[in-house]
Amino acid sequence: MYRYDEFDQTLVDERVVQFRDQVQRRLSGELTEPQFKPLRLMNGLYMQLHAYMLRVAIPYGMMSSEQLRMLAHIARRYDRGYGHFTTRQNIQYNWPKLPEVPDLLADLAKVQMNAIQTSGNSFRNTTADQYGGVAADEIEDPRIWSEIIRQWSTLHPEFSFLPRKFKIAVTGSPNDRAAVRFHDIGIVIVEGDGGEIGFEVLVGGGLGRSPFVAKTIRDFLPKQHLLSYLEAILRVYNQLGRRDNLFKARIKILVHETGTEEFARLVEDEWAQIKDAGVDLSVEEVGRIKAYFAPPVYEALDADVAEFRAQRDADPDFDLWAGTNLAPHRQPGYAIVNLSLKPEGGPPGDATADQMDRVADLADTFSLGEIRVTHEQNLVFAHVRQADLHELWTELTAIAMTTPNMGLITDTICCPGLDYCNLANARSIPVAQRISRRFADLKLQHNIGELRIKMSGCINACGHHHAGHIGILGVDRKGEEYYQITLGGSGAEDASIGKVIGPAFSEDAVVDAVATVVNVYVAKRKDGERFLDTCRRIGPEPFKEKLYGAH
Amino acid sequence: MNLRTLTANRLGDGAVVYLTGDGDWSRSINDGRLITSTEEGDDALRVARRCLEAHAVVEPYLIDIIADTGSRRPAGTRELIRSRGPSIAAGVPAEQR
Ligand code: SF4
Repeated sequence: MYRYDEFDQTLVDERVVQFRDQVQRRLSGELTEPQFKPLRLMNGLYMQLHAYMLRVAIPYGMMSSEQLRMLAHIARRYDRGYGHFTTRQNIQYNWPKLPEVPDLLADLAKVQMNAIQTSGNSFRNTTADQYGGVAADEIEDPRIWSEIIRQWSTLHPEFSFLPRKFKIAVTGSPNDRAAVRFHDIGIVIVEGDGGEIGFEVLVGGGLGRSPFVAKTIRDFLPKQHLLSYLEAILRVYNQLGRRDNLFKARIKILVHETGTEEFARLVEDEWAQIKDAGVDLSVEEVGRIKAYFAPPVYEALDADVAEFRAQRDADPDFDLWAGTNLAPHRQPGYAIVNLSLKPEGGPPGDATADQMDRVADLADTFSLGEIRVTHEQNLVFAHVRQADLHELWTELTAIAMTTPNMGLITDTICCPGLDYCNLANARSIPVAQRISRRFADLKLQHNIGELRIKMSGCINACGHHHAGHIGILGVDRKGEEYYQITLGGSGAEDASIGKVIGPAFSEDAVVDAVATVVNVYVAKRKDGERFLDTCRRIGPEPFKEKLYGAH
Repeated sequence: MNLRTLTANRLGDGAVVYLTGDGDWSRSINDGRLITSTEEGDDALRVARRCLEAHAVVEPYLIDIIADTGSRRPAGTRELIRSRGPSIAAGVPAEQR
């Protein structure tokens, strides 16, 4: 994985020193809150309902065991012993104290981590397919380009005051596990005519108040031009984006109002001017960064691992987990392992300091000391020998991380909601917990099959509810929590925006409503048909009838 | 006018606090001053502004409350959660900790 060079380290260290000074001046009263607020936000520090919240960047969700141990240390030393993994593959701490945040950031810097640009109208953490470099279906490793984008977009002087926040996602596989179509810019690595590798570039995707699926503005961009092309997009946005209206400031609105073709033309015009101006990296520089992501030295193993097969045959619990939580690896004899952060009744995406420490140790033993965070708020070990899977499963079971529910109804994406978030209308975590308990029976979950519930506590949609097969949005009705249900969304390569099914449900009724939706699906599905496909085939009426028919 | 009290977050740790009758801050809503008129509300905001300037708290504002015998609670869910803390167990459920 990427290691900081002296420039990265100096930049991060200097930022800690600057912020320490800013915090001291705030505490002494030299800085007022309006003066301090933009400074703390530039360092990922929010004020939430009960306390400050610090968001730490995990670039494209990838970290070493040493870094995860530091995240555990921070949870223990500066917080209340846990952290929350987010849909931007980051981690949030809910209880840091302002005077201690500079020390916290200094500790982070020791392991090459920071909280820069995790807030504010800047580039946010570039996210990527969590299976980067190892997925069997991958064309090329998205992490190389994510790292290049990270370096380009960190404190980029021209783009430090964008109209609004800006999010980029990269996938190297046609199976989209990074929700690229719901990003300001989505980058899909593709194979062009004649086998040349390049990028399909999409813009203007996003969730929130006005959800849009991103539009392709270039089918094929030769690899060497990525940065100049991104720069051209950002220049058009920086110039024309609606700074006058917060709700219209994202690039999705600009693309929508300008029209995709016209927007593409503006980008191409801008690009023509800067394409040869030296923005793009040299082949040598790309090669230098690529070297950090060189495939590890794997053992030469058979694709068919008899021991693994025998263990599956002998142990039904292990077999169930292996069938759900593993993904195909490009290297014979290896597997990608998903660690579920959605135990029965647990807050989705939370991990305790003790769990983090244990995961770090297990990563050292079983997966080359490396851990990834998924935008679906789980963790991944990317390099596990199939022969080791049973032992790893046993160890992970001891820390409640083997719930066999990847992609199933209890693998809910869920934002912090009104339990923590200052902007929330309603709580989301308790609803996720109740859904998790209601459908805890593994036979039931597996019988229902792939069903992605995504839940947000307000229209900002951090929990991607528009992209949920079932989406749940918390709304406020005269101080009471209500929940609007959408059906038919997808964050994958078949991206779509869920449609509101009808009036919102009370807190007491929402889980029953989800169960009703599931029952309609089970009754109507054809053989092997996923929830999403049934939903698309039969439309909203059968669901509406059962949900509201009696009224 | 509804019964009100004044709340803010403490500068150092962001903790939820309530303005007391004698111009101090308390973690408990039951210590918060009862505000029954616009004038009392303005007065509370004036005190809070002085505390802002003294860098004790951030973002003070008035909230509606319901006062029963001996105890008070905020009228809406958001303020109820602010006054009591998250409604969920921290990190992971107790049985898995
Ligand atoms: S969706 Fe709303 S409630 Fe949830 S974390 Fe985002 S801003 Fe907060």
